[in-house]
Amino acid sequence: MSVRARAAVGVVGLFAAAGLAIWILFGLFLTTGYPSVDFTKSHTAGQPVDLTVQTVGAIGYGPHPTWVSYVVKQPNGTWIQASTWTLPAHTLVHMTIYQYDSGGPLRNQFWGSVQGVTNNAATVTSFAGSHQIGGPTSVSLIDSNATQSDSEPLSNGVGHTFAVPTLGIAVPLPAVNGNSSNQCSTSAPCPTTVDHNVVKFSFETPGPGNYPWQCFVPCGLGYLFGNGGGMGTINYMGGFLNVVNQ
Amino acid sequence: MAESSENPVHHLRRMFVLWLVLSLVVDVLFWFLVGPHVPPGHMTETAKDNQQVFNVLFVIALPVLLGVWIYLGYSAIVWRDREGAPEPVGGEVARTNSHAQVLWITITSFIVICLAAYGTIDLISHNGAGGGQGPNPAWAPAGAAAATQPNAVWTATNNSVLPVQVIAQQWKFTYRYPTFGGFESQHLILPNNTEIAFHVTSLDVIHSFWGYQLGVKADANPQIDNVAFTKTIQTGTTWIRCSELCGIWHGSMWNTGTVESKQQFEQWATTTETAQAAATKLLPPFAWTYVPDANGADGGYYPGVDQYSPTEVYGSTKAAS
Repeated sequence: MSVRARAAVGVVGLFAAAGLAIWILFGLFLTTGYPSVDFTKSHTAGQPVDLTVQTVGAIGYGPHPTWVSYVVKQPNGTWIQASTWTLPAHTLVHMTIYQYDSGGPLRNQFWGSVQGVTNNAATVTSFAGSHQIGGPTSVSLIDSNATQSDSEPLSNGVGHTFAVPTLGIAVPLPAVNGNSSNQCSTSAPCPTTVDHNVVKFSFETPGPGNYPWQCFVPCGLGYLFGNGGGMGTINYMGGFLNVVNQ
Repeated sequence: MAESSENPVHHLRRMFVLWLVLSLVVDVLFWFLVGPHVPPGHMTETAKDNQQVFNVLFVIALPVLLGVWIYLGYSAIVWRDREGAPEPVGGEVARTNSHAQVLWITITSFIVICLAAYGTIDLISHNGAGGGQGPNPAWAPAGAAAATQPNAVWTATNNSVLPVQVIAQQWKFTYRYPTFGGFESQHLILPNNTEIAFHVTSLDVIHSFWGYQLGVKADANPQIDNVAFTKTIQTGTTWIRCSELCGIWHGSMWNTGTVESKQQFEQWATTTETAQAAATKLLPPFAWTYVPDANGADGGYYPGVDQYSPTEVYGSTKAAS
């Protein structure tokens, strides 16, 4: 093969390799969508939607197994790591959050108030393993700086918050006792046989739109101000309420 | 051929007359038809002032723009290449025109220097023109220092400055009202016809508070009290946005605020102060800045850490000049 032919093959090969790399980057990696859960398909118009999620200290699998995360229960009853939830517009959502993570004081205690949901209150039931140790209690305010007490299940600070800032929704999720030896140590979803708090509240979805939700606890451990890692990544501690007309 | 033999002064005169007439027409049309609608509107003195500055800049810029366009268009039409036309003159003859150069430099320098003087005077006379001035504002309205004292009171009738603390955090602005017990709210409500002192700070990274229709913009830095002033003069709704890229949900870090009558504001503030009393009690004491990780909430988990500790507590602030 002449030098010229070899050079031509080399150039073509270079372009082909660059094209392949771009296709892999954009076609397979950057355009990969996040999983979502559609609650409208099984929903009867006019009826409330039940939305059940868990907050876990470490997801236990995937590219970042140590990152904190939410997981959601699909209408078929299985759990999935997905933070985009499609909901019907102008519909009451009954939300249940199984909170398995430990916590502490809030950076801004203002988020210790239950805001933007029905009656500005949530119902909290606390479990040490399978044993109910508190509640159900109607809670509108949690003192995240309260001194820890083994006899007071709501004195462990706040683990996370569920907040939809553009809708004014913010609900503190009381933490489990960080000193307990019965904390969730398995991959998500966590079983109900370990320490957890069950937080229930309701809110009404607005008109169609994409409403980001997030956590106000800087729970991205090891990252600047705690707001990196899972705290700053969709599908972990933030996502969208994708509200649609049914 | 005819054009090339004409006295060049005639060309300049034609262009000048054309430019003068068009500039007058365009400026007058802009000032009266477009000017009143230029953002950010008339909700505050600073917004109104911002609008006026934008309009003045437009009225100056439009003739400059027209001058360039007219020269370009005139050249393309009158001196275009056509059959029988002389070859363009190049070389030394076309290289410089000292008169044109001096004129251009003089005019543009004059405009820039005048605008710099105008901008500086405007900045001073409007107490910083709605921009953040840091913790010790160089230009402040009368009564601003008194409003930062612990015993400061705001009522619908006492005509005093209302301090409002803007707390930025990933990813939401919240507001504290020190003259109403220091309650915190997701809502920015302001009284009309009132001097407002925004004290902007952050609990984590750098954000920027931008009250669009208020004509106020001030960076929110952790542990810094960045003060910006404005005076409300119209009721209505304003967009509030973060204008500093601050993380994944920066794009959704917005909300709205409202300017209401003094009486409506006072009613809302006193009602909220009472309703929020229990929550306010749990907040750290009002301070002009806060230490983000003072209570261990820095992304590391507690327990057994110090209580959330503010810095520069209420009343210890440097007095505004």
